[in-house]
Order: sequence, then C-alpha cells, then structure tokens
Amino acid sequence: MTHLLEVRNLETRFFTEEGIVHAVNGITYTLNEGESLGIVGESGSGKSVGVLSVMGLIPNPPGRVTAGEVIYGGRDLLKLTPSEMRRVRGHEIAMVFQDPMTSLNPVLTIGRQMTEAMELHLSIDHETAMKRAAELLSMVGLPNAADRLNDYPHQFSGGQRQRVGIAMALSCNPSILIADEPTTALDVTIQAQIVDLVKRLKEKIGMAVIWITHDLGVVASLVEKVAVMYSGFIVETAPVHELYQNTSHPYTLGLLESLPKVDAKTKQRLIPIQGLPPDLLKEPRHCPFAPRCRYAVDQCWEENPSLKPVAPEHYSACWRWENARQDARQRMMTIGEVA
Amino acid sequence: MSQTNTASNGTPSSQDSITEVKPLIEVRNLKKHFPIRRGVLQRQVGAVQAVDGVSFNIIKGETLGLVGESGCGKSTTGRTILQLLSPTDGDVYLNGHSLTEMGRSELRKQRRRMQMIFQDPYSSLNPRMTVGNIIGEPLLIHNIGNAASRRERVQELLKLVGLNPYFINRYPHEFSGGQRQRIGVARALATNPSFIVADEPISALDVSIQAQVVNLLDDLKSELELTYLFIAHDLSMVRYISDRVAVMYLGRIVELSERDEVYDHPLHPYTQALLSAIPIPDPFKEEKRQRIILEGDVPSPANPPTGCRFHPRCGYATDVCRVEDPEFRNLGTENKPHMAACHHAEKFV
Repeated sequence: MTHLLEVRNLETRFFTEEGIVHAVNGITYTLNEGESLGIVGESGSGKSVGVLSVMGLIPNPPGRVTAGEVIYGGRDLLKLTPSEMRRVRGHEIAMVFQDPMTSLNPVLTIGRQMTEAMELHLSIDHETAMKRAAELLSMVGLPNAADRLNDYPHQFSGGQRQRVGIAMALSCNPSILIADEPTTALDVTIQAQIVDLVKRLKEKIGMAVIWITHDLGVVASLVEKVAVMYSGFIVETAPVHELYQNTSHPYTLGLLESLPKVDAKTKQRLIPIQGLPPDLLKEPRHCPFAPRCRYAVDQCWEENPSLKPVAPEHYSACWRWENARQDARQRMMTIGEVA
Repeated sequence: MSQTNTASNGTPSSQDSITEVKPLIEVRNLKKHFPIRRGVLQRQVGAVQAVDGVSFNIIKGETLGLVGESGCGKSTTGRTILQLLSPTDGDVYLNGHSLTEMGRSELRKQRRRMQMIFQDPYSSLNPRMTVGNIIGEPLLIHNIGNAASRRERVQELLKLVGLNPYFINRYPHEFSGGQRQRIGVARALATNPSFIVADEPISALDVSIQAQVVNLLDDLKSELELTYLFIAHDLSMVRYISDRVAVMYLGRIVELSERDEVYDHPLHPYTQALLSAIPIPDPFKEEKRQRIILEGDVPSPANPPTGCRFHPRCGYATDVCRVEDPEFRNLGTENKPHMAACHHAEKFV
C-alpha cells in the first residue's frame, strides 16, 4: 500500500553560535489518505520543527534538514527546487499556525490574504477567488462572510482569526492539512469549537490531518493515531486507543500521570516528571529520557533505543517498555475503579 | 444589580451559619471599571466593566479557585483584591480590616501579608537582578532584617521551593521555566504572607513541569498554612488544587460552591459548557461524551449584554434572561451553599 505521505529518518539541525541544536533526530512516520495523526510533545520536542521541515519552511541559515526523505506523490519533497516546492505548499499541503494573532498580515484585508494563494495555485481570477473565499468563510462558520472579506485581522476575535486561518488553508483543497497547535492560544470553549470544526471538515472534504499539540486531551478526541515526541525523537507511536490503553513508554506514561483528572472523585497526588527538559545542544548518545526516567537502567545510558514493535501498529523506543506498560495498565485499572 | 446586593456568598461562614470560621479575605461588591477615553479632550465615553460587582469570602487555609476564559476579569479581580489596582467600588477586608479605606503606609504594612505569583515566569523576573536580589527585594522593601539575615532567609527560601541555595548569585536566564516559577514562588513567600494570589501560575509551563509546580504549591500550603486565590483557565488543575471554585463570566461570578459540587452538579449553563469543553486525555471517554459547543465569542465587557450576560450564547435563554439580571442565589443548603446566577438554575438541581 502506498502512503499519502511518508517521512523517513528526517533530521533537522540548527547551526548556532552556541553549537548545533539537535532539533529533529531521525523521525519516521506515514500518513494515509484521509487519516489523522496527532504529534504530541512539549516545547523543544521538535514537533513543530518536524513539520516545518516537511513543508520546507526551516529558515536557512541557521537551520537545515540534514538527512532523510519526505515522500509525497512519488517525489521527495526535500529534493524539490524552491519554485516546485511553492506549488506543493499551500496547495497540496496546507498549514494552520499556532498564533492567530500574528499569522495574519495586519495591513491586508482578509479577502486579499485569502485570495492570494487561490489566484496563484488555482489560476482563477480575483472575482471568482473572492466568491470562493466567501464560501470558505461561511463553511468555517463565520457569520456574514461576504461582508467580512473587506475587514482587517484586528476586527476579528482570536477564535474567528483561527477560523480564517483554517479557511485559508482549505482554499486550494489540500490533501493534507497540518495544524501546528492551532488551539493553544484560544480559550477552552473556543478550542472546542475549532476542534469540532476540523473534525467536521475532515469528514466532509476527506483530507488527511496532522495535528500538533502538547495536549493529550485534545488528541484523544480528534485523531486516529498518535506519535509522541521527546527531544527530537518519536518515542512512541500507536493508534489512539492503543496508546492510552497500553501506554508503553515512560515519557508518555509520565505525561498522563502529571495531568489531573477533571472527572476524578478523589484527590490523587499528581506524579510529575522529575528533572528538566533536555538540552538539545548535546548530541544524544543515550536514551534522551534516561535522566528523567524512573525505569532507567545502565543499558539506557549506553545505547539509545530505536522504535520497536510492542503490539500491532504500536512502537516504543524504550528498553524497559514492558515495565512501563505494566504500570500503565495498573494505572488504568485504578482509574477505572475511581471513575 | 440584584447580584451585587447579595451578602451571602457561598461560604460556610456566611452570616446565618452556625460555624464561626472567620474569613481571611472578604470581598464585597467589588468593581473595577477601566475608562475608555476618546477625542482631543480625552473625554470618557464608556468603561470596560472588567469586574462588575463580585462578592465572596476566602476562609483561612482554603484554596479558592477562580476560573473563566480570557477577558472575564479573573486577573483583574486578583489584582484589585491586592490593591494593585484601586477598585472603582466595593470593599476588600483582610482579617476584618478594610484595605480600601486604609492609608498608604498602613496598606504598605499589610502588603507583607498578601503576595502574588505571576503568570509568566519570563517577564515577571528582572533579568538584570540576581536570584538573591529578586527574592530578597520584598525583605528590603519592608525593612526586614539586615543584609546577612536577608541572605540567610533567601537561601532558606530557595531550599523551600526545591532549588539549590547555591544558585543565589545566578541570573534568571540561567533557569528553565519551571525553575523560574519556583523563584517567583520564593519571592512571594519572602515576607511570610498568609494570603497568596496565584495568577495562572502554571499556564506558561510545559505539561510535565506543571505538576511539579502544583505539587510545590500544595505542599507549601499545608507547611506554611497559606490561603490561596488560585486563578486559572485550566479547569482540571483548578479542580485538583481548590477547595471551592468560583466561575467568572464577563466580570461577574456566575457560580460558586465546593469543588465537587461545581464539577459534578454544575447549576449554571456556562459552567456546564465550560466543563464539557475540557478535553479528557482518554479516547474511550471522549467517544461517549456529549459536547455543548457554545456559539460565538465572549461579548465585549465594554458593552455587556442586557439581562443575564450569558444569554446570547445560552441554549436555555428565555425572555426573562434577556431583560432581567439574575440574582446570585443559593440553590444548595445552608451548610453546603451552592450559589448560581441563573434564572433557570432549578432545572439543573
């Protein structure tokens, strides 16, 4: 079976005055048509840099994709010329950015910004593009869409701007929509609106979605499979139910344990992940999570584990995944009793 | 303004109650309006009603969680209680003394007893001061001890918040976000306060670090007998840390009760929507959930809707909601008050 998108051993580095930042350290994943993938990680995990590398949006210098392949439509996107890449970006693969306050140009009207990509990619005239822009805006749930095309970004609220961002990303019928923390800057009720919107659009249009987030909660309701990133590595990947039920990496387990349960009847003390986030300037030789891991043994300090299958479609990069899984199952059982 | 006249406020210590627990903080009909000025003469043309008549008590030793979305006035409430912003109307009592009527020097003395932890650990620490000077500054301002004893106290505080006392001469940029927030906590504790306003203390931190800071706040509370006003938009964290929870919407408190009451039996449609919007990190539970998706955005506090401020987004709104401001009333029992400001709250009891 051929995949819609295949990322193989992608590696991105930033060459700075302080040294080489190992932002993405050889990640591999696939995305099928119409599928949704959640990439979960904390700041500095490489989740955003990973997709920006796919889109060819890494500022060079200081950054560079130093290895790997991104296969889309039979071609390696990393080998395309800038003008070839421009035909893919925004057309076949589109992106929604985190901050709806800064990702729109404040001095151009929404209509002007929305039609730019359409005129470029779909070679349609301005009038047709404006008509389509109005359709798109009403599709993402903006009231009086046609009138609002002449408004500037500051005249929209945060949630509305993110809707504009999504409408703009959808304007050229992309086959992949990449959403980079699109709800992080929004309130929880507005986040629910946007998540709901993307779910409906996905079903309607049938595009594949990559949703990047730090929130294991958002991912649980939205995607089919999940990749958890830490320190530039994918440390665990599985279908969403499998990941939560049979968690097999100490970091994923740690993230779940450090979240309070909103439906918990009794107060169970949170179990934080000890220590500090990793220093990306150091070249990773041992398991990157070992310094913070309660399961770490000598082997973890000697050799960095690669992703290995632990169940069908479920991969974990941990020498002691069986111990982590055992504790995760224990945890699921106690939660079940509490709930 | 029926809401503002209500004296009873959802604490076991309210007047009729038998238990004699004296509240540490009493907030009475607190208002903070920010004037909107226009034109050459800067005439006032309106006001942003950031906080518009809130009343509640905080009992010694408890944590009151204050939740709401951005712009609802929760941070302004915290700052106005501490008199960092002077209230437009209403009163705040600390141990029975009115902070609003106090003279400046007297207020300054009282400030030792109430401190604040800020949201952003990056902008709330002066990058040109050492950690020792940052944490020691409140001691200097309040003229506590001499240089040597202050230094000792700072080291003690660093230990207390889980940092190495050896860090005393370092600068903020040498620390991670979670460590900086610990420095902010140490600074707040320097003068031995009894009341702390924590304004979104964890929202700028990574998930794995949030739990560290929350556990620290929890431990310090029992160790030092602190009282918290914990302001946050993360409802799961608020449930975890609070004893009672107040929900704010557009400058008003719409619901206030004991934590589990609010989360398990919410009586205000806004609280219900807010709770249903929280993503649960469990796909099995997510599949079974019914979400209430609120329409539209929060209206501007400069021009709040008539009647119940939530009515334009509320699925239960009727004619009375459009006209009449609902009273903030007790729908629970006398011993276990459950306050809500909704005309139709009986429906949900």
